[in-house]
Amino acid sequence: MNSASPLLRVNNLSHAFGNLLACSDISFELHSGEVLGVVGESGSGKTTLLNCLSARLMPTNGIVEYDLRDRGLTDIYALSEPERRFLLRTDWGVVMQNPRDGLRMGVSAGGNVGERLMAVGARHYGEIRGEAESWLSKVEMDLGRIDDAPKHFSGGMQQRLQIARNLVTKPRLIFMDEPTGGLDVSVQARLLDLLRGLVRELKLSAIIVTHDLAVARLLADRLMVMKDGKVVETGLTDQVLDDPHHPYTQLLVSSVLQV
Amino acid sequence: MTENQNQQPLIRVENLSKTFTLHVQGDARIPVFADLSLEVATGECVALYGPSGTGKSTLLRSLYANYKPGGGHVWVRHGDDWVDMATAAPHRVLEVRRETMGYVSQFLRVIPRVSARDIVAEPLHALGRDLEAARAKAEVLLERLNIPEAMWDLAPATFSGGEQQRVNIARGFAVDYPILLLDEPTASLDAGNRAVVVELIREAKARGSALVGIFHDDEVREAVADRIFDVEAGALAA
Ligand SMILES: Nc1ncnc2c1ncn2[C@@H]1O[C@H](COP(=O)(O)OP(=O)(O)OP(=O)(O)O)[C@@H](O)[C@H]1O
Ligand SMILES: Nc1ncnc2c1ncn2[C@@H]1O[C@H](COP(=O)(O)OP(=O)(O)OP(=O)(O)O)[C@@H](O)[C@H]1O
Ligand SMILES: [Mg+2]
Ligand SMILES: [Mg+2]
Repeated sequence: MNSASPLLRVNNLSHAFGNLLACSDISFELHSGEVLGVVGESGSGKTTLLNCLSARLMPTNGIVEYDLRDRGLTDIYALSEPERRFLLRTDWGVVMQNPRDGLRMGVSAGGNVGERLMAVGARHYGEIRGEAESWLSKVEMDLGRIDDAPKHFSGGMQQRLQIARNLVTKPRLIFMDEPTGGLDVSVQARLLDLLRGLVRELKLSAIIVTHDLAVARLLADRLMVMKDGKVVETGLTDQVLDDPHHPYTQLLVSSVLQV
Repeated sequence: MTENQNQQPLIRVENLSKTFTLHVQGDARIPVFADLSLEVATGECVALYGPSGTGKSTLLRSLYANYKPGGGHVWVRHGDDWVDMATAAPHRVLEVRRETMGYVSQFLRVIPRVSARDIVAEPLHALGRDLEAARAKAEVLLERLNIPEAMWDLAPATFSGGEQQRVNIARGFAVDYPILLLDEPTASLDAGNRAVVVELIREAKARGSALVGIFHDDEVREAVADRIFDVEAGALAA
């Protein structure tokens, strides 16, 4: 079915901060409908990689190609700045680890969702409002809070709002950096369940950075294990977790109780 | 045993080998099998046999690409194609798992907040069947496996071992997979429920599915298996 060309193709991507090599020679393909998990210890380069992939940090080396609807696989860093911004607003979504970086804290919850629709050309107030409401209820937000600004929301509510804001334009590919990080366990479970449902229902492709192997097990079809900026092991999620080959992956898997 | 001899194979395992290397334990090597070959035809059920630790589960998991073999091939008939599960790209393996090959693990992996009904319906829904139809099929299976209706809406985290096992079996039979792998599906079931599983397996065979299973229970094995594959001998014989 999707044996054809990939949605995203990454070739020999490296990124250095000064002489610190944060990502080193990373290549992979993501197919439509696939969810790729990126796991690894703190400082291994996961966020740097995600930023490079999502057109927000130009890699020092290598190519990131995305299957544009009208042009096919295209080098995203060869796009003009407005084209890249348009891509980020329409075909892509980026859920940041800290909701503060992904939301407009002074704008109402409804506005946070609605302004994304306006950015892709929606003008009819009633329709925008209706669509915003429908997304807020999808992420299980109390509609009574639609006119409140998220700065007083709990972490879990902010994260759910961020997800609604990113999914309202029906992106094909979504990037998430530790989507459940910093939330307590019961809130995490609810958010995970929500994400899992949305990914399936909308047939989303996603790249999810997490240090939590249980989250990876639940959400990702495939895993990429990073250490010191390098990908040390990749494969189907259950393969990597149940039959890890690289010493570092074995250590990672054996140091958690049961995933 | 004889009736299926001329049937076309759905699985062709060639020269498969598997050795675990435990890097966190001083690079200990655990050779499980080498040079193992096996064919399974449509409508046939093969029972893997051998003492504990010989590699029955390892073989089954290698067929499903849950374990990555060190060498050899696991060819499976996927539509009109043959796909080698040992070397296929991940998205291809996922496609085979979605459409062609089911696997009932020994224990249910509980998904937080997902009801028993939806856990069972999920593989069918993922194949494109609408949610209501998938749920209806799930209910039929849960009912056959004697899971009380009051439990269908609950997440199975709190279910007993045997109840979880039955949910797991229902999930495995929700889609009429051409190939089905079963790891001790009746291990924690009572006689009544074992009989239901035997029935489900026979129905799958009658539809033309190829099954590979591990059955500790002699009665169940005799009731469903056309052939026994001795994992140790199979690996040596080749
Ligand atoms: N803007 C920057 N300037 C300089 N160094 C940076 C910058 N961003 C990241 N680094 C360094 O690059 C390396 C990789 O960082 P990155 O944030 O990608 O790690 P990570 O895998 O996401 O870690 P964590 O799990 O802690 O979020 C680290 O050594 C980090 O200190
Ligand atoms: N993921 C793994 N990592 C390391 N070693 C493993 C793994 N899975 C299995 N083994 C080892 O492979 C060998 C075969 O195990 P396997 O589970 O396949 O046996 P089995 O025949 O199914 O036994 P049983 O009848 O007890 O279930 C054992 O020595 C086991 O310790
Ligand atoms: Mg990070
Ligand atoms: Mg076993």
